[in-house]
Amino acid sequence: MPEAVLFYVFAAVAIGASLLVIGQRNPMYSIMLLIASFGALSALYIQLDAPFVAMAQIIVYAGAIMVLFLFVVMLLNAPQEDAAQWDRTHPLRRPGVGRFGAMLAALLIVQLVWALVRVTDGGAAVGARGDVAELSSVRSVGRVLFTDYVFAFEATSILILVAMVGAVLLAAREEQR
Amino acid sequence: MIPLGHYLVVSAVLFAIGTAGVFLRRNLITILLSIEIMLNAVNLSFVAFGRAQGTVDGQIITFFVMTVAAAEAAVGLAIVIALFRHRESLNPDAFTSLKW
Amino acid sequence: MEQATLRFVIQLGIIGLTFFMLINASALLVLAERKIMGFMQQRYGPYLVGPHGLLQPLADILKLLFKEELRPKGADKWLFTLAPIVSITAAFAAFAAVPWGAETTFFGLLDTPVKLGVADVNVAVLVVFAITSMGVYGIVLAGWSSNSKYSLLGGLRSSAQMISYELAYATALASVIMLAGSLSLRSVVDAQAGYWLGFIPRWYLFLQPLGFIIYMIAGVAETNRAPFDFPEAEQELVAGYNTEYSSVRFALFPQAEYINMTTMSAVATDLYLGGWHGPFLERFGLGWVWFLIKVGVILFAYIWVRWTVPRYRYDQLMQFGWKWLFPAAVLNLIATAAFILYFNA
Repeated sequence: MPEAVLFYVFAAVAIGASLLVIGQRNPMYSIMLLIASFGALSALYIQLDAPFVAMAQIIVYAGAIMVLFLFVVMLLNAPQEDAAQWDRTHPLRRPGVGRFGAMLAALLIVQLVWALVRVTDGGAAVGARGDVAELSSVRSVGRVLFTDYVFAFEATSILILVAMVGAVLLAAREEQR
Repeated sequence: MIPLGHYLVVSAVLFAIGTAGVFLRRNLITILLSIEIMLNAVNLSFVAFGRAQGTVDGQIITFFVMTVAAAEAAVGLAIVIALFRHRESLNPDAFTSLKW
Repeated sequence: MEQATLRFVIQLGIIGLTFFMLINASALLVLAERKIMGFMQQRYGPYLVGPHGLLQPLADILKLLFKEELRPKGADKWLFTLAPIVSITAAFAAFAAVPWGAETTFFGLLDTPVKLGVADVNVAVLVVFAITSMGVYGIVLAGWSSNSKYSLLGGLRSSAQMISYELAYATALASVIMLAGSLSLRSVVDAQAGYWLGFIPRWYLFLQPLGFIIYMIAGVAETNRAPFDFPEAEQELVAGYNTEYSSVRFALFPQAEYINMTTMSAVATDLYLGGWHGPFLERFGLGWVWFLIKVGVILFAYIWVRWTVPRYRYDQLMQFGWKWLFPAAVLNLIATAAFILYFNA
């Protein structure tokens, strides 16, 4: 019973914070709300017996990627949305278009949920199968990661190297000649 | 015990919110944030399915998704910085040079 | 009272005691810093308020509470107040995963022993690391939302420094985890019980001397303490990210800093100095006294270093973190892995 209450609370926080994220004018507020959403998702991962993924979510997403976003927003010091005159008359700022977009998003939710629940055994409880102690241990994750998925692991490390070099190159100032 | 369907519904709702954010917002940073929301929704699906099957494979795929999201955020933000230097604006409608 | 409710009450008591001790730790550290600084500079520290100046922190806190709450006109309303809240919450929450004593039945009061510590998580090392990396947001938001150039510069530099030294910190942690074979802090401490040759304790300090030095340096840099406190030093950037803060919002920042120091010292004690294991006291269930003594020694070392060593300039600081400390930590990791392979094959 308390499990279900916790699930609903965290799911509500995650969904509510994400809704607010896409509705904010100030990107700083969006980033802080998204961090709150990530925290709630991390709690959901703990409920799914994945503590390592939960902590990795906080360390990588909420602790590193969002700091990167925050730095960029602060350094660019960009004007907020629809500050320019021509932006205020943009078709997407008219209420009709926004509402139509929201309706389409709701339709997408209905389609996804219908498809997912039909294809899987949606009523079965998560956590029926599998040994909890073994699933939530870091040792078993490491063992599978470095044996079955080692190629993907090495490829990902090269990906990060390429991304680092690319980011430095793209954001570097052009030399004054 | 929480049914698998509940987690999938949460994942679907988050994914739809992210998609709506990408389409409806006129600020490059917010668009990138919405993409992060979508990637997180997918992560939740993976972990839930992995748990339902009783294996750790769902968690492992999550690591790769997180890594790719980090690389994509870094390069995306570098592009945003480079774009901002040219046009002093974060509105995607300001970049119309390639439009016919 | 039946066992279940008694257990619940005792666990609540342990949580309350830990919280209380952390608050007292920050207050006592304020006094300890000024007294030790004074003695190192051949003078008495504060001695007027209370016996030997023991009530000085109380006087400081009362003064801060009665000051006027200011907020600059251009400051962002929500983020200005959120920043110290994030800092102090992250500081307290990080200590939740740190165990500070062995299991005890309180002299037979309970049937099954209860563990001394707020929570026993099987990924405790990662939890502490994750929550301390959340503390960066307090500083970044404080710097940004104050709408002042000193604050912004101080905040950006401070947070860049913190995330740079997290790399060396995590790599030093990884070496100890490899030796212990578990991410749970309680298991790491229990792996250090016992003695070699009868009198040398099995601390990881002796197996990982370089790792310990790297961890302590990274810990000092993570908590923005001297010699790495360029972004918040009074002589450099006015006061860095907390320039525009006053009264209670200001008081939370140094408190968060001292609690971060205490958490770093506690984790260092658990990882390298054997936690609550020590000669005589464990038999009587007083292992936590050893824990307090060891944490006190490390905190003294923090204060000692601050008032002895000159400050690093910011670019020297960043160079040191990326070019010297992180490669040293990686070498330590590789050496530890080779050592484990060779001796336990």
